[in-house]
Amino acid sequence: MNTITGPASSTEKPFNYDSAANREFGFWLYIMSDLVLFAVLFATFVVFGRAYAGGPGPRQLFSLPYVFAETLLLVLSSAVYGIASSGSRANRISAVMAGLGPAFLLGLGFIFMEAREFYQLIVGGNGPARSAFLSAYFTIVGTHGVHVLFGLIFMAVMMGQVLSKGLTAMVASRLKRLGMFWHFLDIVWIGIFSFVYLVQVA
Amino acid sequence: MGAVGGSLLAGLVILGLITYHRKWPYLWREWITTCDHKRIGMMYIILALVMLVRGLSDAIMMRLQQALATGGSMGYLTPDHFNQIFSAHGSIMIIFMAMPFLVGLMNIVVPPQIGSRDVAFPFMNAVSFWLTAAGTMLVMASLGIGEFSKAGWSGYTSLTEKQFSPDTGVDYWIWAFQIAGVGSTLSSVNFLATIFKMRAPGMTFMRMPMFTWTSLFTSVLMLFAFPVLTAALLLLTLDRYLGMHFFSNDLGGNMMMYVNLFWTWGHPEVYIVVLPAFGVFSEVTSTFSGKRLFGYRSMVYATAAITVVSFAVWLHHFFTMGASPPVNIFFGIATMLISIPTGVKIYNWLFTMYRGRIRFTTPMYWTVGFLMTFSIGGMSGVLLASPPANYVVHNSLFVIAHFHNVLIAGTLFGFLAGYSYWFPKAIGFKLDEKWGKLAFWCWLTGFYMAFMPLYVLGFMGMPRRMHHFTNAVWHPWLILAAIGTAVIVAGVFCLGIQLVVSIRNRKINKDITGDPWDGRTLEWSVSSPPPEYNFAHIPVVNDLDAFTDMKERGTAYVRHERYFDILLPANSASGPLIGLLAFMLGFGMTWYIWWLAIAGVMGIIIVMIMRMSDDNTERVVTADEIGTIERKRHEMIASARNNEQPLRILP
Repeated sequence: MNTITGPASSTEKPFNYDSAANREFGFWLYIMSDLVLFAVLFATFVVFGRAYAGGPGPRQLFSLPYVFAETLLLVLSSAVYGIASSGSRANRISAVMAGLGPAFLLGLGFIFMEAREFYQLIVGGNGPARSAFLSAYFTIVGTHGVHVLFGLIFMAVMMGQVLSKGLTAMVASRLKRLGMFWHFLDIVWIGIFSFVYLVQVA
Repeated sequence: MGAVGGSLLAGLVILGLITYHRKWPYLWREWITTCDHKRIGMMYIILALVMLVRGLSDAIMMRLQQALATGGSMGYLTPDHFNQIFSAHGSIMIIFMAMPFLVGLMNIVVPPQIGSRDVAFPFMNAVSFWLTAAGTMLVMASLGIGEFSKAGWSGYTSLTEKQFSPDTGVDYWIWAFQIAGVGSTLSSVNFLATIFKMRAPGMTFMRMPMFTWTSLFTSVLMLFAFPVLTAALLLLTLDRYLGMHFFSNDLGGNMMMYVNLFWTWGHPEVYIVVLPAFGVFSEVTSTFSGKRLFGYRSMVYATAAITVVSFAVWLHHFFTMGASPPVNIFFGIATMLISIPTGVKIYNWLFTMYRGRIRFTTPMYWTVGFLMTFSIGGMSGVLLASPPANYVVHNSLFVIAHFHNVLIAGTLFGFLAGYSYWFPKAIGFKLDEKWGKLAFWCWLTGFYMAFMPLYVLGFMGMPRRMHHFTNAVWHPWLILAAIGTAVIVAGVFCLGIQLVVSIRNRKINKDITGDPWDGRTLEWSVSSPPPEYNFAHIPVVNDLDAFTDMKERGTAYVRHERYFDILLPANSASGPLIGLLAFMLGFGMTWYIWWLAIAGVMGIIIVMIMRMSDDNTERVVTADEIGTIERKRHEMIASARNNEQPLRILP
């Protein structure tokens, strides 16, 4: 290094640790790791999918129209989030809020429907302790539900940040990562809908 | 109770000394709240060394028990106590000694080795450390409050189900592993992003130092393996706390599911702890042979091959548990295949030394000791990989001998080599060579005396984890193993004395130039210890051995005319706070104190939200400050030149 290779600006920060690009890359890595967690839960569900232990099976327990409505809520929430994403790119706070608000409410509706489903199963004596099949069912659906709950908290925080801070670079980057998270949960749910409900009931 | 008293007393003495010397503000400012990767790395290694002593104490107690408990004697430990000790020994040595040691080395070495000023996410790095510390505190708490797991470090079901282990031990084990495991997953994200995104200009993948490569592959393994542990522990937790039936004996549960999941993490885990050690050996052989690493490319591909195949061998931990012969054969062959890339590495190290100008420093002693000993351990592993042979020695002391043979010689020797190799870089002075070499000889001879008898005992049919026995033929070998353990203990004392002597002689052993070994990679181009920002100007890399290249072309130690402001991560109390809250969560769950556990979870969420809303997480180091630090550094280099102390110091 004979020549001095300093940057033009007075604040040198060429390798931005904590930069938006790094955070997004790191978030992809986290999603990969979380997918492995779900992969294990899917594998567990496959292993225990027929272990009814003399108890009720999916046909007696699940209502496909109900779960389909749940699915619609979550998928719509994800679609509406797209409005927030494009609003963030266009730097329009109103569009961001117009996306975040409905996405939040739809997600909340999903959680309520899922909680109600769980509640009815447990009250009906078909809680997670009934059989290995129900343990696996409650665990994979519940783990996804907890993820959605954290997504909702994240979304509430972001609505507050958008309103109080405006669309700064950091806020926009967080919105992008929240979007990645939200769509990721959608994809996992499609897997759950297909393998936990559809294949089992049909 | 002696252990509790001893730990408490040591802790109180340290706290008292800190208070007496009024060092709390300093500790808080410079260490506890720091996000500096070098400080975090040192805290990891201090944690690892403390837990090495703790794990070793467990080993001493086990060896003593088995040396005594024969011929009608029940030894001095109750069966319950003995079971807790071997469970704690394994858990601690893997999760709370090896893991912190390797992440600590990665923290100290990787950023300067790739020409970066910090890791990709400095705050998350602190969170990882404090989660590891919280897990460690849970294990330590189990010494005095309640008891630890009696079900082995692998926590096999159904034994670990509530029905068979109703007390708090398994819960301590679950939460200690779970919390530290999340910390490890975060570390892997951090180091992958660091190595992919933060390399200096010119450092292509094939110019990355070998330690960085092994850190990269270890991070890949951690990213994909640790979630499996998280999930397995989650399912076990649900079984224990909510009465679910994943691994129970009734209502459709299947205990083999746990065993499969545990080893799907557990086998990659042994490569997680050994790959960084391979990286250390690569750096050490290359530096002290004065040669470029032989077969660098093949070394990279061998590491990649080990990374991939390590996910396809887990079943060899339970060949005898009912899989069909074709399945056993698949996993047996996959296991044997792993010895091929590992063999490639052994030859590469040997050829690096061949015709090199070898300097036999302490790190080099550890490396040569590793090459010999690890090869033996590897070969006993190939023997175990054959299912029919495995049936004969399964669950015997042969298995114990094998994995200590690879883990002590591979992982621990590697980490101790790294410890003495990078100590001057991290602290600023070299470790005493005489005591270091003495420590090596004690460890090496102690190892052979302690573990070769276990191979013999394995062939004689002695099962592992035995509290007492009646077969008198085993006894002499167990006494020999106990004596070997005493020699290893002497080795640990030598390491302690080495540290004390080195601190006393720190003026004599001071590393003035920052390059005490004639190093070849970028971390040696900065001062020892490096300034907070590591590099005033980010270096440009032209070669695999970037610093050797600079020294040869005369471009090392170039003085810059201008300096620029640098942004560094600001201190944050949120990291240690999250660790504390995670400890509350683990402790509350272990003792069914629900309000404490809920407070822990809510606390973590609130701290995260506050951290997310804080946009002022950086502070500026001004060009003037940097100028002052760098001028001092160049004066020191000049004085070293004027005193005719050659920059390339030979021992």
